[in-house]
Amino acid sequence: MRVETGEVTARLQDILAAHEGLEGPLLPILHAVQESFGYVPQDALPLIAANLNLSRAEVHGVMSFYHDFREQPQGRHVLKLCRAEACQSMGGDALAERVKHRLGIDWHQTTPDGAVTLEPVFCLGLCACAPAALVDGRVVGRVDETRLEALLTEVRA
Amino acid sequence: MRIYVPGDAAAKALGADEVAEAIRAEADKRGVAIEVIRNGSRGMVWLEPLVEVQTGIGRVAFGMVQAADVASLFEAGWGEHKLALGLTEDLPWMKMQTRLTFARCGVIDPLCLEDYEAHGGFVGLHKAIAMAPEAIVQEVLDSGLRGRGGAGFPTGIKWKTVAGAAASQKYIVCNADEGDSGTFADRMIMEGDPFTLIEGMTIAGLAVGATRGYVYMRSEYPDAIRVMEQAVLIARDHGLLGPSVMGSGRAFDMEIRTGAGAYVCGEETSLLNSLEGKRGVVRAKPPLPALEGFLGKPTVVNNVISLASVPVIFEKGAAYYKDFGLGRSRGTIPLQIAGNVKHGGLFEVAFGMTLGDIVDNLAGGTATGRPVKAVQVGGPLGAYFPRALFNTQFCYEEFAGAEGLVGHAGLVVFDDTVDMLKQARFAMEFCAIESCGKCTPCRIGAVRGMETVDRIARGDAAAIPLLTDLCATMKAGSLCALGGFTPYPVMSALTHFPDDFAPLKEAAE
Ligand SMILES: Cc1cc2nc3c(=O)[nH]c(=O)nc-3n(C[C@H](O)[C@H](O)[C@H](O)COP(=O)(O)O)c2cc1C
Ligand code: SF4
Ligand code: FES
Ligand code: FES
Repeated sequence: MRVETGEVTARLQDILAAHEGLEGPLLPILHAVQESFGYVPQDALPLIAANLNLSRAEVHGVMSFYHDFREQPQGRHVLKLCRAEACQSMGGDALAERVKHRLGIDWHQTTPDGAVTLEPVFCLGLCACAPAALVDGRVVGRVDETRLEALLTEVRA
Repeated sequence: MRIYVPGDAAAKALGADEVAEAIRAEADKRGVAIEVIRNGSRGMVWLEPLVEVQTGIGRVAFGMVQAADVASLFEAGWGEHKLALGLTEDLPWMKMQTRLTFARCGVIDPLCLEDYEAHGGFVGLHKAIAMAPEAIVQEVLDSGLRGRGGAGFPTGIKWKTVAGAAASQKYIVCNADEGDSGTFADRMIMEGDPFTLIEGMTIAGLAVGATRGYVYMRSEYPDAIRVMEQAVLIARDHGLLGPSVMGSGRAFDMEIRTGAGAYVCGEETSLLNSLEGKRGVVRAKPPLPALEGFLGKPTVVNNVISLASVPVIFEKGAAYYKDFGLGRSRGTIPLQIAGNVKHGGLFEVAFGMTLGDIVDNLAGGTATGRPVKAVQVGGPLGAYFPRALFNTQFCYEEFAGAEGLVGHAGLVVFDDTVDMLKQARFAMEFCAIESCGKCTPCRIGAVRGMETVDRIARGDAAAIPLLTDLCATMKAGSLCALGGFTPYPVMSALTHFPDDFAPLKEAAE
């Protein structure tokens, strides 16, 4: 869900105040904004820029460099599947294809009903129990048939 | 009764939270008084969730426990049971290790300072506080410790440079970006023994005259971030961090920062830009971060394991640490055995084991039971090793001699179903996705590399020399190791597994 400009401005004041005095505050601020809104509303950029004495373009440039920051809201659930080598060695590619097929979406997409967004991730540090996934911040290892079915049921809810 | 159920992310990923919950519920139901401790992992990931019960003769382990097994475990009085493995310390995987850096990991309650101290915690820091800064640096130099983040640069020399720089403010930055596939040592120590890292960073601060530290953690590690944040608060509460570390009158404090999903931010200068709130673009060196690092001030940037190995060096002495290892690779290295293996996990051992010994004996071959075809060592920028090179000893120089790298000591094993052309293409794709964009050989070269591998896949023999040339250009013309080392996996795949590259196979037939 998108947030109104007025609401963005109000919440931004608190976030910016909470990050007063940090060395290198921009990433912590962007994380806090995304935590609060679920994405980084474009309306927030000029406010952040003004607060840090940067241009809006600079803030946008930083935001767009990092894979984590999103300009759009995500689905109610976020399923991150590991695409890196250790997971590949345990059938990660085939697993990813199955998931895409079952959800009917590709990487970075959200199902039409807004239930789930699928994101690739390169290693979750669960390489000794591959293939691995992160569901709404919860780790899942050795994703076999049974675990996959449970995951799909969970995220489609 | 005291029961240990790991809170480590890999254990959780295999059901440890559900097991802990089931144990509490079952104990309640039976009216048994228990204390559940969420320890770190012992490193035997294939046995997770590995539950341990404290007995008079030591901790007894039960492997691959699922919530559904809990009732029967209570029924058996946590004695004879099909999941029982015997005393944890007697398991071969434990007995064959030299656990220095990971001595406490999996043993203690990660956030309990009493437990930490009861197992040797802060002995090193106490010693360091009593030493002159130059003596602290000398001790690290004498230990032979080299950076565990990948480049293997002597830690003591880096510290000496920062110590010698005059500045109003200096920093200790811990690189906890651990982006390499196949690696999880940083994650495990941060989740299982976070005070070790805090202690190591504090000693670094005392050595070089830095009063502030940052741990730059990857966002893909939500559990480790939570533990580290709590550990810093606890340490501060107890006066271990702050204006007077342990009443020494010397200040050191630190903050936990979170990255935002960019692999290149593990490169130290990119990391510093990111920490400053900039795009994570790589900086040209010189200036060295040791002289002009975070916010332009002298900065020690060290990997988690480098810093977490410092306390034990002070606890046991530099000579003790240096005694382990081979050639110029001194001390121990936490091997991370991953991918298609029967026994995956973390195994800390002196440098010098052969790759074959690790793969065939420790890992026990593949999980699928098929023959091992290739092992990628050192993450996405590391070479693929064929069985013919399995006699290579696990040391910085030996691996370099075999056109490979130790990196962060992760090993990813593949069985004979792997298509090495596909792996070569993935290496280029990864480089293209993660390139910071600063130099052309990396930014453009990686995309050309994918196209060239695709041509080879279609049978175009002329594309093979093109790929070799492209790799040479990337190696020579890239500013950092992302572009510069991507040729390692690509060229090793091409050189050692020609059968997977159709035109080469045809030429041979
Ligand atoms: C693309 C790239 C990624 C890197 N990722 C990491 C990393 O995740 N963790 C790390 O400690 N070092 C990483 N490094 C190495 C660092 O640049 C640096 O050498 C290291 O942090 C120094 O610490 P050490 O001497 O204790 O190893 C990376 C280097 C490159 C080129
Ligand atoms: S090699 Fe790639 S990642 Fe490294 S500085 Fe150049 S463009 Fe950036
Ligand atoms: S490679 Fe998938 S979790 Fe590490
Ligand atoms: S919990 Fe043990 S000292 Fe606080």
